[in-house]
Amino acid sequence: MLVQFFFKLREYRLPVSLRELLDLINALKKGVIFADVDAFYHLARTIMVKDETHFDRFDKAFSDYFSGIADLDLLESLKQQHNLPEDWLRKEFEKHLSDEEKAQLKAMGGLDELMKTLKERLQEQQKRHAGGNKWVGTGGTSPFGAYGYNPEGVRIGQDGNRNRQAVKVWDKREYRNLDTDREIGSRTIKLALKKLRKFARTGASDTLDLNETIRATAKQGGMLDVKMAPERHNAVKVLMLFDIGGSMDDYIHTCEELFSAAHGEFKHLEFYYFHNCLYEHVWQDNARRHSNVVDTMTLINKFTSDYKVIFVGDATMGPYEIAYPGGSVEHYNEEPGSAWLQRITNHFDKVAWLNPQPVEHWPYYQSIGFIKELMNNRMYALSLDGISRAIKELS
Amino acid sequence: MQFNSTDNYIASSSLKQAVNAAIMLEKPLLIKGEPGTGKTMLAEELAKSLDTELIQWHIKSTTKAQQGLYEYDAVSRLRDSQLGDERVHNIGNYIVKGKLWQAFTYAELNGKRPVLLIDEIDKADIEFPNDLLLELDKMEFHVYETNERIVAKERPIVIITSNNEKELPDAFLRRCFFHYIDFPSSDEMQQIIDVHYPNVKQDLVRQALEVFFNLREANGLKKKPSTSELLDWLKLLMAEDIDAKTLHDKAQKGGLMPMFGALLKNEQDISLIEKLAFMSRR
Repeated sequence: MLVQFFFKLREYRLPVSLRELLDLINALKKGVIFADVDAFYHLARTIMVKDETHFDRFDKAFSDYFSGIADLDLLESLKQQHNLPEDWLRKEFEKHLSDEEKAQLKAMGGLDELMKTLKERLQEQQKRHAGGNKWVGTGGTSPFGAYGYNPEGVRIGQDGNRNRQAVKVWDKREYRNLDTDREIGSRTIKLALKKLRKFARTGASDTLDLNETIRATAKQGGMLDVKMAPERHNAVKVLMLFDIGGSMDDYIHTCEELFSAAHGEFKHLEFYYFHNCLYEHVWQDNARRHSNVVDTMTLINKFTSDYKVIFVGDATMGPYEIAYPGGSVEHYNEEPGSAWLQRITNHFDKVAWLNPQPVEHWPYYQSIGFIKELMNNRMYALSLDGISRAIKELS
Repeated sequence: MQFNSTDNYIASSSLKQAVNAAIMLEKPLLIKGEPGTGKTMLAEELAKSLDTELIQWHIKSTTKAQQGLYEYDAVSRLRDSQLGDERVHNIGNYIVKGKLWQAFTYAELNGKRPVLLIDEIDKADIEFPNDLLLELDKMEFHVYETNERIVAKERPIVIITSNNEKELPDAFLRRCFFHYIDFPSSDEMQQIIDVHYPNVKQDLVRQALEVFFNLREANGLKKKPSTSELLDWLKLLMAEDIDAKTLHDKAQKGGLMPMFGALLKNEQDISLIEKLAFMSRR
């Protein structure tokens, strides 16, 4: 029972396990729902899917599995049949059809044939009808009518509580936007950054250390001796250097997400900006970048080598901006950018570069290869996978 | 035991179904959705409609799974031992029952399945849900100090809410049913408002809803206003006795809507809407 449905869900990469299938069968056995495909849709979704980002995949799988069984709604079109031109009607009708349904329609002799037969039947028929296999009505196997199970059927007149679902719910695919396969959000980045957690106890002693208290009390022969310990927190120290302005403007949104995620995750986070390539100055306030700068040498002196350094930049520039003195587009630099990058990689133990450019574009820019070399190949794409790999490298 | 919309809570049919399935199959129900779409409300209303007790466990970043089961108050036992109190000989005197313990034993004492709300489970540490796997699956746990076994003879109805701040582990999700509360449509919103403020002037509501949904459509808002914000805002509008015409005029002339503080919770959002309004006026 439902085994095919289960494998259809797996085919659409939904992480369902035997446990969910048994739950669903149990729910059907207990009679949570009965013979109602819409209710079944909601029930199956409640039990099988555990994340709203998977709803869209579920909808697709459901539609695929049930496309032979459910039929379509013609009520609105029919209501207007008498005062609207047929061409328009046909177009409206076709809008509601999926490709498979169109193929099935052909099997019936095409839309024209179906509409014609429908019209004839409507004229022939005078009374309300239910059941049977020819007349338009409910619950039958005729191609026309509602709640029926003819794969080539046309749904007519489902009023009342079902009319909210004129278009099949799972075909609306309302959750398309939530599928995160392509998207990168601060929550997902946070999860990737979480791997860089390193708990340590530092700072003021503010929580009761129970084991130590018991030990000390026992030592004193039962006289209470309360011991305190500092609370555990993430002790990883991170220094982030963002490329800002120019070609980076395209990636500002992703960088914002990364920044906010990093800000929430690390207690010791220092960040500075640079433009295109790292030179002798960095700054923290982009509005006052010319008046308020920090020497890059200060960074090296100020932060210990156990700081993890993350560069964020597209590394897309002229090669001379990295290799030559005076190559910077903004000012005259006495030393080439490569010298500064080397100083950073020499001082800090762990350095990685995150590049928002798509990986497949990298080979086309000489400068990217150049920087990658300077980073000892530790350049990663600014995608979830890339961040995870960078974090692995850093931890 | 069936759950339906109550006097002041409108539940969509899919939500009702999810809740009923969870009640019938005795599984925890995990509820997600935008903040302010009534996740916590659901548990309250569910308890009310089933006429049973609501046991609430609010999770914070420092909450440990053990606290839901029981806590051993070692410090007061140490203190009592110093004072020579008789109670000190029975360790059971220092076991403080947690919310799960209360929920597991409630049905036995009162003959009714209670509703247990585990609120905002995503606020806790990332390992927290894993520590509750067995407890939620078998609805039982062991008290080591007294060598007791606490078993739920009748399982409580468990509602768990999450705001998606942390992803929950797979093993935990497998043990739950899941429902995502969609943002209500304009019609559903009207129903919700009718339920909360039955005597609110019709055209004021219509006008307010229009402003509200326009606002939600504005791109780039950091925090979109949600149902609870709309309800607060309406309450303010009514309290200040602002009529639909004023609201309409404001919207036409540009500028912020009256009492915007109830809808926009972020100064960047406020300045964004101000800018948009200014541009539309020109």
